[in-house]
Parts: sequence; structure tokens; C-alpha cells
Amino acid sequence: MSEPLTATRSETVAARRAPADQQLAAKRSLKMQIARLEAQLSALLLAGLPHLPAPRAREGTGSTPPRIATLAQLERRRDTLVAHVRHTQTAAAARIDHEREARALLRAMQLEPGRYKFFALRAADVGEAGCGVWHVRPRLGIVGMLAGWWQVKLSSGCPLASAAAAAAAIWARGGPSPAPLLLRSKPGLGC
Amino acid sequence: MTPPAAAELVCVGWRASEVERELPELRVLSCEVLTARSCLRPSPEPIRRQLAALSDRFNGAKAIALRGQAVPAAYRALSNAIGIDPDVVATPIEQAVFGRMFNGAFLSVNLIEDALLIALVDTAVAVAALDADLLTGQLGIRPAVAGERLRSAEPEPPLAGGELVLADGVDPLALLGVPVPRCAAPRRATRRLRLYALEFAGVSQLTVREALWIAASTLEAHR
Repeated sequence: MSEPLTATRSETVAARRAPADQQLAAKRSLKMQIARLEAQLSALLLAGLPHLPAPRAREGTGSTPPRIATLAQLERRRDTLVAHVRHTQTAAAARIDHEREARALLRAMQLEPGRYKFFALRAADVGEAGCGVWHVRPRLGIVGMLAGWWQVKLSSGCPLASAAAAAAAIWARGGPSPAPLLLRSKPGLGC
Repeated sequence: MTPPAAAELVCVGWRASEVERELPELRVLSCEVLTARSCLRPSPEPIRRQLAALSDRFNGAKAIALRGQAVPAAYRALSNAIGIDPDVVATPIEQAVFGRMFNGAFLSVNLIEDALLIALVDTAVAVAALDADLLTGQLGIRPAVAGERLRSAEPEPPLAGGELVLADGVDPLALLGVPVPRCAAPRRATRRLRLYALEFAGVSQLTVREALWIAASTLEAHR
């Protein structure tokens, strides 16, 4: 009589343990997914710096005390990271398009500067480092303007502290986003 | 024959069974350091110079690449595993680097803080210090029991239960946070310090031992 009873007890224990084991396995799998997503997000952000904004914590999400994360918490975190990765991928793709357009515009400016009088294009928009600005200017000042001698010049130099403060204020208002092409033309001298 | 350095006598702490089951790689490693004078005194010149050298070495490019490195990524993974959003509570190395970028340098605070900061910047592993005289038994990690309070000079609110805490043989000492919080912190009169750091998935015991060794040897060199 004792054998069947023992078997029944061990079966019960195994039956109780099974969901716990499954849950542990599910948690392990989720942790691996989260780690993979974190790595993917980090790689995307590093590749897109400084133009891709790092995901920010949602408003009102405070710190919670450390606990062994539940399955639901891990799933939520995984879903949040998936959303972050998708958002960052979209932003990265938009940035690539933006740079491609800017490079095409720069090429056109260099080929026919006369058509793009006083246009300015930030080097950062072309995907170059630094604070330079590609600018279509007349050669020899007023003489060049009258004679139609236009050239593309790369000005260098970083903005003054006042400009940095203005940029910080913009960043504080809503974070960086792919900046629009910096195009300027003087009224009356348009392209 | 020279006696072994303090950091070579590393103790591996205990874990509650729930912690062992859910986070099998999580352990607390600790070592004891003796100091002849207060560890809260201002750092001597060599340590200030070392911090300055670290500040020069840790430039913006390194700060940017930090997130992709193995140990900082492992800290983010640990945060996720213990229900802390690493985008809300920055990991210890991220906090140190924010400080470096914000202040323009790793600022010297006192001997103990500087020794821990040097270990953190060198290895990305957070090392914390406790007053060894206030501890009873070995350090370990366990979930808190509802109603328990952290041992502290100031009255602490009772814990809800289930929070992961760093504990000695008697009381919970600190919430197992990222960054590692301080409790039973070293005082001016402290002469026996227990340095501890966490080992977990992605942060090998070797790296943790190296971090403890750096912190302990910095303190011992200026005891």
C-alpha cells in the first residue's frame, strides 16, 4: 500500500514544482531577452550619437525597492525595451534619410553655388563631426555678388556659451530631435 | 613571510534559498580592512593625484561608450532582474561618470569615498564600506520580512516584506540597490572596515575581487 502512496505524493510534489520550474525558465528566458534588447539599444544609441536621444524614464516612474522581479514585471520591462528599440530604430532611419538629403543638397550647392545663394548647411546635418557650417557666399564680397561669383565655404568654430545655453534650454523643453536643415537665404536674393 | 593582504581574505556571503533559486549568480563578497586613523579624513595628495589622472583618462568618448561595456551592461541587467528601472536609477558607474562629466573631474570627498570611487572607475564594480564593528556575523542577501526595519541610527520605516536586503546575522542593513546603498556606514571612530561588492551574472568573481583589492589596497597604503 505504501508504494502507490509514495508515488502519489511524489507525483503531487512534481506537479506542484512543475509550474514553479516553468516560471523560473520563463523568467530566465525573459532576462535573456531583456539583456539582448539592452545590448541592441546600446549599440543603436552609440551608433547614432549625438543625434539619437536616449530613452527617458516615463514621468512619474519613481524608484522602487529591489525585489525579485515577477514574471509580469519582467514582461513589462521587455515590452518597454522593445518599444524603445523600435523608436530608436525609427529615429535612426529618419536620421539616415536626413543626412542623405543634406549630402545631396551639399553636392548640389557645390556644383551650382549660384543657385543656392546664402544657403547654409550645418556639417552635423551631413553627418560630419564638429560645429562647421557649409555656407554659399559671394567671392570678393559685393564684387562677387554683382559678378555672380559664388562659392561654398566651410566655416568652423563652435558656438559661444550663449548659444550653448539656448541649446540646453531647447533640450530641456523636449529633448533633441533630428534637427531640420539649416537653410537661410536673404530676402530678395533667393535661389 | 608577509601576511596576506586584506583583500586576499575575501569572504563569500550567504544567500537565502529564494535568492539562490531566482538569482543563482548573485553573491556578496566582502573583505575586512584595518585602518590606524579615521577613514573619513581628507585624502592624501597621492590619492588626489590618482583621481585627477582618472579624470583625465575618463573622457567623454569613454563615457559615451560605457553603456556598451560588459560590466555596466551587467549592472543594468541586475537592475532589471530586481525590479529597478536602470533608466530611473542609474547604475553606480553611470552615476560616477555623470558626476565626472558634470563636475569636470572626479572630486575628492574623503579617503574612504575616494578609495571606493577609484575601485569603481577602474573596474565598474561598486564597492561599499560598512563599519565592521557594527556587524554581527557574515554578510548575506535575503528577502526582508514584513515589518522589519533597516538597522540605522535614524528611525527607518518598516519594510513591506520581500525587498532584497543586505543583512548580517541579525538585521537587514541596507536595501540591495543599484547603486549599493550605505547603512552602518563608517564613522570617524571606525578602525575596522568591511568592504563588500556584489557578484552576479556578467560580473565575474575575479572582477569583484579586483575591485575589492583596489579599494582595500588604496586604504591600506594610506592607513
